Amino acid sequence: MSEKISGIAASAGIAIAKAFVLQNPELTIERKSISDSASEIERFEAALKVSKEELSVIKEKANKELGEDKAAIFAAHLLVLSDPELVDAVKQKIESEKVNAEAAMDDVSSMFINMFESMDNEYMKERAADIRDVSKRVLAHLLNVTFTTPASITEEVVILAEDLTPSDTAQLNRNFVKGFATDIGGRTSHSAIMSRSMEIPAVVGTKTITENVENGVMVIIDGLDGHVIVNPTEDEVATYEEKQKQYQKQKAEWAKLVNEKTFSSDSVQVELAANIGTPADVKGVLENGAEGVGLYRTEFLYMGRDQLPTEEEQFKAYSEVLQKMEGKPVVIRTLDIGGDKELPYLNLPKELNPFLGFRAIRLCLEEQEIFRTQLRALLRASQYGNLKIMFPMIATLGEFRAAKGILLEEKEKLVSEGIEVSESIEVGIMVEIPSTAVMADTFAKEVDFFSIGTNDLIQYTMAADRMNEQVSYLYQPYNPAILRLVKMVIDAAHKEGKWAGMCGEMAGDPIAIPILLGLGLDEFSMSATSVLPARSQILGLSKEKISAHMDEILQMETMEDVVKFAEENF
Amino acid sequence: MAEKTFKVTSESGIHARPATTLVNQAGQFSSDITLDYNGKSVNLKSIMGVMSLGIQQGSSIVIKAEGSDADEAIAALENVMKKEGLGE
Repeated sequence: MSEKISGIAASAGIAIAKAFVLQNPELTIERKSISDSASEIERFEAALKVSKEELSVIKEKANKELGEDKAAIFAAHLLVLSDPELVDAVKQKIESEKVNAEAAMDDVSSMFINMFESMDNEYMKERAADIRDVSKRVLAHLLNVTFTTPASITEEVVILAEDLTPSDTAQLNRNFVKGFATDIGGRTSHSAIMSRSMEIPAVVGTKTITENVENGVMVIIDGLDGHVIVNPTEDEVATYEEKQKQYQKQKAEWAKLVNEKTFSSDSVQVELAANIGTPADVKGVLENGAEGVGLYRTEFLYMGRDQLPTEEEQFKAYSEVLQKMEGKPVVIRTLDIGGDKELPYLNLPKELNPFLGFRAIRLCLEEQEIFRTQLRALLRASQYGNLKIMFPMIATLGEFRAAKGILLEEKEKLVSEGIEVSESIEVGIMVEIPSTAVMADTFAKEVDFFSIGTNDLIQYTMAADRMNEQVSYLYQPYNPAILRLVKMVIDAAHKEGKWAGMCGEMAGDPIAIPILLGLGLDEFSMSATSVLPARSQILGLSKEKISAHMDEILQMETMEDVVKFAEENF
Repeated sequence: MAEKTFKVTSESGIHARPATTLVNQAGQFSSDITLDYNGKSVNLKSIMGVMSLGIQQGSSIVIKAEGSDADEAIAALENVMKKEGLGE
């Protein structure tokens, strides 16, 4: 019997594959004194042996299914387990210090992990993750716990997890992972955003998917309507295969618009840009016909690691994106950490209200070394393309002036060092705090552009934590309160001859798009996969006709009224 | 004892893949085999040792072997260096 579990459609498409339930085992290492070191060494050798056997199987499989190139990583993992520097050191530690195998293995592997992580080279730092993976496998065997990581997946699966952290998603192999479903999260949670930028179907917020499904069970992920079908019947598989075909057909229609500019039916031009998290996402941006990058979230450079990225690493990432975009506008947002995005290595104190706390520009203005390093990397990269710098979480004009002041200081320093910096970098702000939206007319005199970050603007305006499902009914993008703020920002920008964009999820929302067009938004930045549907939609919209209804819409009483009106009229 | 000096010609230096091949080959011999680079010497049978050097293109490395099969080891490793396009 099949079972249907509903959640939130996070990323379009259909995936049909076996379930892989991702569980992160708790590896608690207890340090114990032992008396019989010979038998402890035996235990260690046994764990090594099983780990090697598992890895050999994984390697063979990868070899057959993916080719030697992709299997090479497992050959390296195997060699780590035979590395005399590791194996002998662990044995020696067990013997001389009379400690248990777990503690000895943990000590020695941590030493290597730290060594690789402290190297000033991104490639070497990634090797630390390899050693960590391999060590975890051995430790799990010593502790007798089941061990799964996304990196150990070697066949086509859909991943089911409570939630996927940024470091989990970073490890996902796009060749194997056909889709995923999670227990928690909403359309704007990290995992949902990642699924769209990786272009794999996903359903989030199912509440119970990991409880209901076991490893290896057949699962259909319907990322179009937000359903997960567990144990589908043959008929259901056929139905969904047909649905997938229809979706592909529609995508093919959209694909014809890839190289087109974006005009409304009455010839008003707007820019459709894409949001990205890493240089690898640029491929999807170009394939989906985006006219620029409207939001490059730089925090991913800082995540899933143990120390800050160097200026050089950042320069490489930023210049790569700018180069690949070939002169198209690229808005890079400076570090937005804090809130739901933590960096363990900064040792920031836990806060009761992290979304209202020490985050983003507030942190950068305090921890200036972090900020200055990023700004230098950005300035150096500026000559490789059309860079626009954007500061997040600006609440006061004073913050913007301080941030811009630091930027100008770093620019002068670079110029005096003889390093070339572009003269035409626009500097703008995210509008995500209501105070800034209200004061947009004042800001507009000093900034070069606004980009409205709706996810946060909505949560701050409605005072509703967007991670809290009990108050998710307050996440109301079409509430007239939000629309009025958006209008204030756009009007303020235009009055000073500046442009206004939007880089929240709302910008790609088919219900919001006509309204935003009517309000005069200049740039819409969304998930890359939303660009072509949005372009196709705008082609059929008349800005003049929509604008005529704007006063009426802004005077409406509830979000429901707005949605109803938009659905009936646009 | 046998030893040989190589100039690393591969564009990406000695990265994980070729290092894996070298270390695997070294592991076939009973001799102690070391790799010297930039004033540091590591066990060539240790993948983490070799990787930790971060050997770059254009640098010079010395492979030394000491033991009953030292000559064969050096010959085999030279073969890997050439076949993998690592150096000469």
